[in-house]
Amino acid sequence: MSTSDRNIERPSAGRRSPTSERLPWPALVLALLAIAFFALPFVGLLWRAPWGTVGDVLSSSSVRTALWLSIRTSLASTALAALFGIPLAWLLARVAFPGRSLVRALTTLSMVLPPVVAGVALFASLGRNGLVGRYLDDWFGLRLPFTTTGVIVAQTFVAMPFLVLTVEAALRQLNPGIEDAARTLGASRWYVFSRVTLPTIRPALAAGAVLAWARALGEFGATITFAGNFPGETQTMPLATYLALETDPDEAIILALALIAVSFTVLVGLRERWLGGLRP
Amino acid sequence: MSGRIAVFAASSLTDAFADIADAFLDVHPSADVVLNVGGSSRLAAQIAEGAPADVYAAADSDSMAALVGAGDAADTPVTLATNTSQIIVASGNPLGLAGLDDLADPELVVVVCAVQVPCGSYAAQILDNAGVDLTPDSYEQNVKAVATKVTSGEADAGIVYVTDVGAAGDAADGVVIPPDVNVTASYPMVVTDGAANPVGGRAFVDFVLGEVGQDILEQYGFGPP
Repeated sequence: MSTSDRNIERPSAGRRSPTSERLPWPALVLALLAIAFFALPFVGLLWRAPWGTVGDVLSSSSVRTALWLSIRTSLASTALAALFGIPLAWLLARVAFPGRSLVRALTTLSMVLPPVVAGVALFASLGRNGLVGRYLDDWFGLRLPFTTTGVIVAQTFVAMPFLVLTVEAALRQLNPGIEDAARTLGASRWYVFSRVTLPTIRPALAAGAVLAWARALGEFGATITFAGNFPGETQTMPLATYLALETDPDEAIILALALIAVSFTVLVGLRERWLGGLRP
Repeated sequence: MSGRIAVFAASSLTDAFADIADAFLDVHPSADVVLNVGGSSRLAAQIAEGAPADVYAAADSDSMAALVGAGDAADTPVTLATNTSQIIVASGNPLGLAGLDDLADPELVVVVCAVQVPCGSYAAQILDNAGVDLTPDSYEQNVKAVATKVTSGEADAGIVYVTDVGAAGDAADGVVIPPDVNVTASYPMVVTDGAANPVGGRAFVDFVLGEVGQDILEQYGFGPP
């Protein structure tokens, strides 16, 4: 496998160190404006935050319960999105079948669907009286609405397209020569995919998983519609934040900042771990 | 009377206010009533953040007190109607629920409003008055979400306003909550301090309090102020 090993490094071999290039000033100005546009709302939250009560709010058990539920469900839905999404991306990228573009559009539909509508759609399909949901209940005693599993289903539904699109794009750009070489050397399809293809697209895989995870973590509309809102079972951080906003905007700001801090830490950490190692 | 009148109203007023707005436009054809419905406390918070409201109608006095306290009311609030709560069940009451005690059955899927919104705080008071220890399956964000969960069959029962049972029409039935444990909700209404159209706003408030407005509210099951 020495041929393919060399090829695996190829995508990163041409990458420049970020400091080696200087942007023309109009591009630089626009880029800085973009940074300000992203940063300003967070600065606004920090500015508005009632720092005196941060400790009290964050140490309350209800906040810890919501945060822990958010972390568990978002990781579970990212895992599900990867489990089903990677094979789906593989199918879409590599197999020419009739209606492929239709299927591709279908997988991205949940991205454009307003999340509350996604929740209604999940009711109609997987709810107690839903198309499939009624049999889930009758045959398996499986009830999704108002359960933690329902939260994971809602999050996976809205998050998976991010992973599928990212991985599919990477698979399409991949030089088929690498895989052909491995196959010529007698490797099975599964071996080539798991040992050659997946490692090669690792950055896209990581990016897709991070996007899906971030989307799942911030999921609100489909969750509150389909899974309801009960502390410890279905009340994730975005739901707790929304309800806090009804009576105590200060508390809502603190909850939002906590969620942002957690996601920021994970995103920065993962980037270092997964992508940092590929830099020359 | 003319111009755009932005009315921010509690979710439970949705249908009645839509009818009242239509009737108002019959009398004032050059006016334009824009309804923004939602949770009372959220609407008050939106107004505090500068949302362009001319009139604010809440489902509880706490939300109105928050608005007045923030200096966002132009006048003294007036009560436009009252409301009480009922248990909402599927049409025909297939499970034969007789009252609040039956809701404690763990086999039932029961949803109520979150305590942060008025319908949830009333539901909590009512359950407390009745001495019923209920663990619902979900604390919904507003009263319409509770009604929808029941009419769509995802929940077996919920606690909503009498008017929401009426608004659900044939899709739902109500089980009466006795007056000795029930809580009467007062709906206060006011023209906002930042109103772009205070004249239009006052005309709308007067119209709601007038004969036509009160008749429509009564049709939807609201009690008199």
